[in-house]
This record gives sequence, C-alpha cells and structure tokens, in this order.
Amino acid sequence: MRAWLAHHLHSLATAMRQFGETPLSTLFTILVIGVAVALPAGLYLLLTNLDRAADGVKPQAELTLFLKLDIDATAGRALAERIGQEADVAEVRFIDRAEGIARLESAGLADIAAGLPENPLPHTLVIKPREETVTAMEALGARLQVLPESERVLLDSDWIKRLTALMQLGRDLIFMLAVILGLALAAITANTIRLQIYAKRDEIEVARLIGATDRFIRRPYLYFGGIQGLAGGLSGWLLVMIGLGLLGDSVSQTATAYGVEFSLQALGLSELIALLSLSASLGWLGAFLSVTHTLREVETF
Amino acid sequence: MIELTDVTKRYPGGHEALSNLNLAIEQGELVFLTGHSGAGKSTLLKLVAAIERPTSGHVIVNGQNVGRMKRAALPYFRRNIGLIFQDHKLLYDRNVFDNVLLPLHIQGMTGADAGKRVRAALDKVGLLKKEKARPITLSGGEQQRLCIARAIVSRPALVLADEPTANLDDAYARDIMDMFQAFNEVGVTLVISTHDQDLIRRYGGRDVRLAYGRQVSEAMA
Repeated sequence: MRAWLAHHLHSLATAMRQFGETPLSTLFTILVIGVAVALPAGLYLLLTNLDRAADGVKPQAELTLFLKLDIDATAGRALAERIGQEADVAEVRFIDRAEGIARLESAGLADIAAGLPENPLPHTLVIKPREETVTAMEALGARLQVLPESERVLLDSDWIKRLTALMQLGRDLIFMLAVILGLALAAITANTIRLQIYAKRDEIEVARLIGATDRFIRRPYLYFGGIQGLAGGLSGWLLVMIGLGLLGDSVSQTATAYGVEFSLQALGLSELIALLSLSASLGWLGAFLSVTHTLREVETF
Repeated sequence: MIELTDVTKRYPGGHEALSNLNLAIEQGELVFLTGHSGAGKSTLLKLVAAIERPTSGHVIVNGQNVGRMKRAALPYFRRNIGLIFQDHKLLYDRNVFDNVLLPLHIQGMTGADAGKRVRAALDKVGLLKKEKARPITLSGGEQQRLCIARAIVSRPALVLADEPTANLDDAYARDIMDMFQAFNEVGVTLVISTHDQDLIRRYGGRDVRLAYGRQVSEAMA
C-alpha cells in the first residue's frame, strides 16, 4: 500500500517535472485545449441564458382572430357568440376596435395612436381554447382562418414553438460541437504524449527489460494527460469568464433599454466540476491511447 | 535452471540465428558463450531473458516455458533475471543512484530499505562515491559497472551479460570479470557471451562455443 502510494506520488512528480521541462509548449497546448473547451462551454452558457430570458415570457395559449374591416361590431359579437359554443373553445372575448386603440394608448403608444388619421384596427376576437396543446390550437386556428369574416388568425404559440425548436437546434449543435472538440482534445493530448514518448523511448525500453509492467510505465503519462486536460479545462473556463465579463455590461445595458432586468449568468459550480472532470478524463483517455499504442510498437516479444 | 530443447530462432526475412540448439545450464554455473559475431550468442541470451520468442523448440527458465508465456507474466519473469548489456542502456536523465534504484522502484520497493540495497550494489561495483554523478560523466568501464549494479540490485539468481567487456581495455575487463566471479561464488548463475578467449582461460568455467546457430564444442576451461 505504501509502495503503491509512493509510486503514484512519484508518477505525479514525474508528470509535473515534464511540464516544467517544456513550459512553453505545455502552455500552448493548454491554451489550445482551453479554446476547444471554451467554444462549446461558451455556447452552452449563451443558450442557458437565452433560455432563462425566454422563460420570463409566459406562453399564452390564445388565438387572436382579426375580423375583416367591413364587419361591424354587432356581427362581430354574433360571431363571438357562435365560436364560443364550439366544443373546443373555452372562452371568447370580443374586443371592439375602439377598445383596441385605447389599449394601444394605455400601452404607452399614445403618440402613435394620436398621429393616426383614423382607427386602423379591426374588431378582434381573443379565443382561449379548451386544450392548450400546439396541435389543438393549430386545428382550431385552421378552422377559424377559413371563416368568411376572418381576415387573419394569429397563433400566439407560434413564436414560442419556433424558439423552442431553435433552442433544441442550438442544443444539438452544441452537443455535436462538444463531441468534435472533445475528440480534438483527446487527439491533442495523444499527440503531445506521443512526442514525449519518442523522447523517452529508451527509458520505456529499459524499464520494460528490467521488469516494469505496462501499468507502471503508463502511469506518469496518464497523470500528465489528466493534468493537462484539467489545466486546459480551467483555461477554457477562464476564457469563458473573460468573455462573459466583456459581454456582461453591454447585455445588461441592452436589457435595461428594453426595460428588463437581466444579467448574464456564469457557469454554476456543478457545471464547472462537470467541465473540468470531462476535460481531465479526455486528456487521460488521449494519454492512455497514445501510450498503449507506443507500448505495442516497442514490444518485440 | 535453463533448458533449451531443439530451439530454432528464425528472424523475419529468413535468417536463422539458432538452429535446433540443445543446451542445459544448472544452477550456480558460470557459462561463457563464445563464437564469431552472428553465431547466435545474443539471440540465445534474448531467448532466455524472454526478450524474444523461439520460432520452435522449448526454452525453459526457472521452470517456466518462455515461448508460451503470457504478455502479462513477462515483467514478473524478468525481475528474476539481471541483464547486462554491451551498450549499458543507462538512463542519462538521472544520476547513478536513481539508475540503480529503478529496478527496486519497479518492484514496489521504496524508502530507506531501497536506499540501503542501492548503496550495497554500488559498493560492490565500486561506485559508491559517485552516486550523485550523471552516467554521462562516467568512463566506459564505470558505465559498465553501473549497468552491473543495476542488474544485481534486486538480487537475481540468474545474471545474463551480453559482451560485457567488449569495449573495455584489459584492466577494466579484468575488474568486471572479478566481480562476476565473486557473484558466482555466492551462488548466482551467470551466462556471459564474449569473444575474448583470454578471459575464459583466465577465469575458467564452462565454454559453450556456437557457430552459425549451432553448438560446435563444449569445454571446461
């Protein structure tokens, strides 16, 4: 047990010394890994923040039916009555065109409303469906669209749907990017380790001849790969934090201009831990593949 | 201790380094392998050390069949053999002490015990005062002695030496042979390949002469 621990410490020391021997190339490798980590991590952060921003807007399960301009209020109310009796409709509200312009004014657009020569708004029906699923709303919307009084049906769920789809696309893209760059990380590590092994081929050969197991030979390199991956992950995290710091001010300024309180959120602790352990294990994996390959090459028996 | 039965070693390309060789070496023997270069001396040592597998025949060392040995068992097998190389195979990135420590370290031995063993081995080869030196600063004879210290530090019962005196002048060569003789006297089995006939005459022991991969003569000097 003590010998085992001593060997692990020795392997760790060997790995650290290796960093010390080639500080510049190590630094560059760590930076490259950092960029590879920062790209998906940064995009992930962007997406979660976007998700958070979209969360503030509650999806409204409502359809808005704009009537044709030549339909008067009485006909409109009659239509509202008729639609209200449909099985899949929960509630219908008739909004008079005069009420519509009043709403505009109260929403702070009085200047615009006052500037209009006449009220351009049609009478409007706001319809709440009984079932709030997208398919049910779409079916209802399609039926309303073909009514002779109907000018246009607005499905309020549309943009939510689009946003959700976009978010999913974003998530898929990030996942793909993460996989590709994860492979790159393992490959970068494998390559640096391969160069190291070429420099240390003699040592490996001698250790082999005097009875070293593969595990013994592999261990320092695995430490090296893991630590390099970890350092790369940390540098990637730093890059993301720097980017966040640079963007943070302009984001909150933009949010303020829209009258919203919003600031970018950094990676949480659990996300950071996940990021670091992932990059460390990818580094380890790269080292493992590289050393195993070389050990097979050196083998003559 | 070592038993070769009908051993043939053919290298890729068809060169046959050993042909149907039979040889038995008992525990505690001092054996010289002689013959012209290319006679198969090095190949024979490599087969015994499980560095290469025989093409056919059996190589039995310490009761283990080398040709059938699993890869995972190799390291443990090799720990029982001290190997001395013509080109020393020292590690130049560490000092004399650490070079000798490596076999013990590989076997999981550390701390004060290991340090004592290393110094005892260095003492035997007369390098105790140079434990902090880098191998590159040592003379050829000293490097060979360092290689011997590394081979004996884990106290193997069998030591194989491939042309240990080839690049050394006579005084150094005698030095090294004296050491080998001392090891043999305490029961270590030694197999030494050499083409230096004087050496054999001077030290005695069994002389196994090879030519073109076959044993041509056997003598006790």
